[in-house]
Amino acid sequence: MSDRLLFITTLTRLLEGRRHVFVGGGSAAAATASLLQRALSGDRLQITMLGDKRYLFLSNDYSEIFNCAATGRYDAFFMGGGQIDGGGNVNLIGIGDHPTLKVRWPGSRGTPLIYMMIENTILFLEEHTRRVLVPRVDYISAPGTSEPGVYHPGGPVALVTPRCVFSFDRKRARFTLETLNPGHSLEEVNEHTGFDFDVAPNLGETPGPGLPLLELLRDRVLDELSVIYPQYTETLRNEVDAAIAAQRQAA
Amino acid sequence: MDTIEELVTLVGDGALLGLPTGTGDYSAVSMEAARALVRRGVRNLDIVCVPGGGMDVDMLIGAGCVASIQAGVISLGEYGAAPRYVAAQREGRIKVKESTCPAIEAALTAGERGIPFMPVRGIIGSDVVRLRSDEWKVGTNPFEPHDPILFVPAIRPDVALIHAPLADRAGNLWIGRNGHTRVLTHAAAFTIATFENWYDGNLFDDERMRAGVLPAQYVRASVHVPHATWPMRFGEIHAEDSANLRRYAKAAATQEGFDAYLQEFVFNERKVA
Repeated sequence: MSDRLLFITTLTRLLEGRRHVFVGGGSAAAATASLLQRALSGDRLQITMLGDKRYLFLSNDYSEIFNCAATGRYDAFFMGGGQIDGGGNVNLIGIGDHPTLKVRWPGSRGTPLIYMMIENTILFLEEHTRRVLVPRVDYISAPGTSEPGVYHPGGPVALVTPRCVFSFDRKRARFTLETLNPGHSLEEVNEHTGFDFDVAPNLGETPGPGLPLLELLRDRVLDELSVIYPQYTETLRNEVDAAIAAQRQAA
Repeated sequence: MDTIEELVTLVGDGALLGLPTGTGDYSAVSMEAARALVRRGVRNLDIVCVPGGGMDVDMLIGAGCVASIQAGVISLGEYGAAPRYVAAQREGRIKVKESTCPAIEAALTAGERGIPFMPVRGIIGSDVVRLRSDEWKVGTNPFEPHDPILFVPAIRPDVALIHAPLADRAGNLWIGRNGHTRVLTHAAAFTIATFENWYDGNLFDDERMRAGVLPAQYVRASVHVPHATWPMRFGEIHAEDSANLRRYAKAAATQEGFDAYLQEFVFNERKVA
């Protein structure tokens, strides 16, 4: 089982039961998971996806996305960040003393609105280290939670990394380690996580994809995905084929 | 107007200049005009990116044309960080007014309506609010006193500079469904533009075109320059020149490399197909 397939499987599972997911640009795994969950849902899940005309139904332009977010038309969103802390705060600004930052990232984009407005935001990172998962972000681009009274219907539900899956409790503003990816340990997650988190009493292993999901991915998703992420799809296709072959052999 | 050099005389030193995004289907950056501004040596521009900035902004910063900048995002997209922007902010040579896309859009919406400010959802709790506390205010919803909300003051750029797909002989431009460009050009005192093609007849005569027109009353001047977005993308009309963008990203990593790029592609106007 490739790390990437496990990652996609987790993101797909986290979209279960959602109505309309907004997917930003340049995130192939999020795009794959959204297309896969759409196929699983019998095309009931709506997708609005930057970079793909087939999934970008806007009468205006990207500005309409902020309006749709603020009026609750999306109920799922994927987001990464330069730093994420234990309170679910995300930094896309940089590190150092503003306005002369020693590390300058591109900027907060629309996240200060979108992250607060869209329910069920799934945080995902391709790097799980103390560099990224910090005790306290240097700058808050978008807050995980707010003081009582601040209109904040959205927020994170989960954080998915190459090592594990956390859930997020918005009332307590705290992550809980739910599952470990195969081959990873609690000690290792502790070692590489800069913030405190709770551990689920029934801490288990992150479930991988079954044969039906892999076949759906191969038959319904990959061709569609290749239009926007051709290179990514090519390597993913090999991993899917290998995983299908391995599961058939095991059966 | 006949030439790009004449067009950019309408951007004075110290102007608040509004620039559109260079991203995806909605890209509308007039790189040709940005190059002309660099050649002229314009100074002390305050730039508002609507809502993101790319190579145009990085080049103006690197050439010393910019005093301050506000944007939701500034980068070269797939080609990485905007290197001259990153260096200039680190060295304190430009003032960065930290922002976010919906705040810029709200401020321009106030600008186009002639009202002093606009409330905008979310953002409270973001450090962007703290970093802009000199201008932005968290107040309360006057209809619901327990609902704190962010107010941003109107932005009215002195000039908006865009590249449009079409222009007619009556001075109308066609900008399509491009909402960011619409709000920018409506909020600005006036718009100057390069455009891709002439349109036969009046754009207002065709109902299918009308919704996408920027009427002549907003447009001070325009110049016919096909593919003025080069090397950036122009919506579905021109793909980006990835070789040149890659070259820029690499060259602009140092001031010397950047200066050499300017010499070749801005002062000598060499284009690579």
